Amino acid sequence: MSNTVALHEADVHGVHEVHHEHHHHETFISKYVFSQDHKMIARQFLITGMIWAIIGGFFSVLFRLQLGYPNSTFPWLEDILGHWAKGGKINPEFYYALVTMHGTILVFFVLTAGLSGTFANFLIPLQIGARDMASPMLNMLSYWFFFLASVIMFSSLFVQTGPASGGWTIYPPLSALGDASTGSKIGMDLWLVSMAMFIVSSLLGGLNYISTILNMRTKGMSMTRMPLTIWALFFTAVLGVLSFPVLLSGAILLLFDRNLGTSFFLSDIVVNGKILPNEGGSAILFQHLFWFLGHPEVYIILLPAMGMSSEILSVNSRKPIFGYMAMVGSLFAIAILAFLVWAHHMFVTGLNPFLGAFFVLLTLLIAVPSAIKVFNWLTTLWRANIRFTPAMLFAIGFVSLFISGGLTGIFLGNSALDIHLHDTYFVVAHFHIVMGVASFFGMFAGVYHWFPKMFGRFLNNTLAYIHFWVTIVGAYLIFWPMHYEGLAGMPRRYYDYSLWESFKMFGGLNEFISFVAMIVFATQLLFVFNFFYSIFKGRKVTSLNPWGANTLEWTTPLRPGHGNWPGEIPEVHRGAYDYGKDGREFIPQTEPVGENESHH
Amino acid sequence: MTQILLIAIVVMIFVVIFQISKASEYVSVLKGEEKARRQNNKINAFLLICFLILGIIGCWWCNDLYYSKTLFPQGAASEMGEKIDLMLYITIGVTGVVFLITQVLLFWFAFRYQENDERKAYYFPHNTKLELLWTTVPAIFLTVLVVFGLKYWFKMTGEAPKNAVLVEVTGHQFGWEFRYPGPDKILGKKNYKLTKGANSLGVDFNDPASQDDMHVGGTVHIPVGRPVKFVVNAQDVIHDVGLPHFRLKMDAVPGIPTTLWFTPLYTTEQMKVRTGNPNFVYEISCDQMCGKGHFSMRGVIIVETEEEYRKYLATLDPEYWTVFPDKKPKPANAAPAAADSSKSKGPLAAIMPAGK
Repeated sequence: MSNTVALHEADVHGVHEVHHEHHHHETFISKYVFSQDHKMIARQFLITGMIWAIIGGFFSVLFRLQLGYPNSTFPWLEDILGHWAKGGKINPEFYYALVTMHGTILVFFVLTAGLSGTFANFLIPLQIGARDMASPMLNMLSYWFFFLASVIMFSSLFVQTGPASGGWTIYPPLSALGDASTGSKIGMDLWLVSMAMFIVSSLLGGLNYISTILNMRTKGMSMTRMPLTIWALFFTAVLGVLSFPVLLSGAILLLFDRNLGTSFFLSDIVVNGKILPNEGGSAILFQHLFWFLGHPEVYIILLPAMGMSSEILSVNSRKPIFGYMAMVGSLFAIAILAFLVWAHHMFVTGLNPFLGAFFVLLTLLIAVPSAIKVFNWLTTLWRANIRFTPAMLFAIGFVSLFISGGLTGIFLGNSALDIHLHDTYFVVAHFHIVMGVASFFGMFAGVYHWFPKMFGRFLNNTLAYIHFWVTIVGAYLIFWPMHYEGLAGMPRRYYDYSLWESFKMFGGLNEFISFVAMIVFATQLLFVFNFFYSIFKGRKVTSLNPWGANTLEWTTPLRPGHGNWPGEIPEVHRGAYDYGKDGREFIPQTEPVGENESHH
Repeated sequence: MTQILLIAIVVMIFVVIFQISKASEYVSVLKGEEKARRQNNKINAFLLICFLILGIIGCWWCNDLYYSKTLFPQGAASEMGEKIDLMLYITIGVTGVVFLITQVLLFWFAFRYQENDERKAYYFPHNTKLELLWTTVPAIFLTVLVVFGLKYWFKMTGEAPKNAVLVEVTGHQFGWEFRYPGPDKILGKKNYKLTKGANSLGVDFNDPASQDDMHVGGTVHIPVGRPVKFVVNAQDVIHDVGLPHFRLKMDAVPGIPTTLWFTPLYTTEQMKVRTGNPNFVYEISCDQMCGKGHFSMRGVIIVETEEEYRKYLATLDPEYWTVFPDKKPKPANAAPAAADSSKSKGPLAAIMPAGK
């Protein structure tokens, strides 16, 4: 990267056109489409992620309609879904497709690409003091591979046999055999190809994030002075780079089994009266490959939310984050353990009990770094001076949800208990709270906090508060009672419970949950509206550092151009969390350590 | 028409909320942004503490409504299940206390330390003693839970007792099949390539042990008070034998047989009394997504007394006879091939129709 950046002192729009010789002639395409500016790529990831979130959320509304009102018909469903909802009732095959796509979209396209893609791209160069990513070109490709993956996944919604319907975990043989499910026909191939593209995108992005953080920090920005956001995004990228290739191998082997007659995952199968020739494969092998990514994936989703919440909690408490080194250490411990616990998703597969015991131990070990994080967040709030910006509310909500969902993990990680709770609504409640909603809260917190830096305007506060309150109340109303359904053994992924003597008593509760889910979904649309409206019409940001934060991104011009800082990149002299020190409200990282400054 | 009306109402609500929000922005400019911000801060702090209080009441209320619908008031129906329930209660106790303490602190701190001009935030970047405290305390509690958990885990996944009743369970899209080993107590060999017509499980009838095996679909009978061992198979995709009342579950994987065992404590009839539900039935739910009929993949277990169980078995014909009807002995003169099995079955076998 060149450091020759011209200065336009008076121009709050910074340096977008004067960074490099050829940037003088930025066209619409090079600025908004094939942009190599990390901030534009971040916005592309964010907006694509939001579109996917609306689609994925809408799918959940559709299948919640079936679950909440199994005996009703909705003629308008036939209008929009055609033969998938004959007579206004979603058919089982499509119900499972909806469930599958809901999971796939939200786990991968929204909470991986939409979350890491957005904030790693946006914050890494800005917070470590770099002009851009290590390789802006690969960064651009990372988005466009994600776009390609999105197009393929989206097109799979329109094939005649329907999209993949074997669950987001796509366990073979169900996902390998077109005879076992119509969703396992062409829809499944598209799913696998799309995921391969997605993994390429994720690897390009991850390698870039890691090399940028390791090599391109500004002068004085030692690793231990980095904001926790950057640490979290760093470990996220490491997790992704080490685990996604394993899923890629699983996906490719599955493609071979599907199309080339191999038997990696297939053995001794009679399907639809057909005796298959495959012998010697293991369906369980796929689960190992899948969860070797699948579990780290949970932390790929969660760590960025943890990092951003830590940052936002500290800024708005006007206090340093409590135990910075312990926070980094616990992130590191979680990242290591994330690789060693995957088989806790497989306690009921007939796994060797001795092996299972190790996974129990390692799984419950994760509770220790998690507890450290929770208590450190709580201590950060203790004797603070808290400003409840929308971002702060979402960060507090994140902590609350992380506690609630994390504690139920102690039930599920303990294999003897897991056997009863496995694949019931207890699991649905657990992972939606701790990974789904909590990460969404981290993401919302991030959007509300950094929106002024992204677009130079504020989001509407009143809409933001409505958004927060409806969402947190709704999230608890939806997922809390599900624990009870799970304790009664009610299995997930059922189309209709009314046939079951053991589960039919939850009909009323299911209706209630569906009703709340629709309200919460509508509230998210309010957020989407606020987002797009505020980009153009929101209240303008007038001060460079509206939240009074210490980190470097607030030293850039109001709307930084490509290159981020018009002049020299600022030098860093201290950690990111000197809030309330020596009676001063905050001390930016760029301020040299004073002679009389106290040491802590 | 109602749809259009509904959409119109939703849009109206959106517009109203939006207008209010916009107006509030103008009001805050008029009032002075700083003042409006402080007011918002107070309101949100108050709402957070309300959320805590209402949330705790809500948890209690939810428990009141739904605890009776979980399986715990009626108790587990297997020996191991009772221990699992105890472990569950202990875990609920431990996590419940942590949940309450942390949530109360979170929302109380948020409310108590809301922005206030008279107070300055206390500079408190770290404290090694505190951090060690909340590293070790959770570690100790977790060790206890792990020790408990693993003790039961090894017990329940261990070998079934020698006297266990053996039943083979096979899942397919979308139903359950059961095979009893017959008087020789050995399940005959299978080869999936033999699956054809009436031999729907692919049993190898060249194996003498398979000739007295009995096959029924949908409902399985087992005796109370004796260990029961299920050998679990699947024919097409992965299924899962879910036994919520016995607190058990095991995947059925094509090509990889698995096992599970338990000791039922109450007969179906006793459970009807215990639960106060005259329609009570032990159900097997498929707990692993297996295709479009997954939700209807229901099996039934009838737990009965030893005597009823023996009577029931006596009503079943070996599958061998169903697959090869010519091998079935005429009631009058017992064929030599089936001599040993008909001996133990007594006269009932000849009178009663073959199993369901």
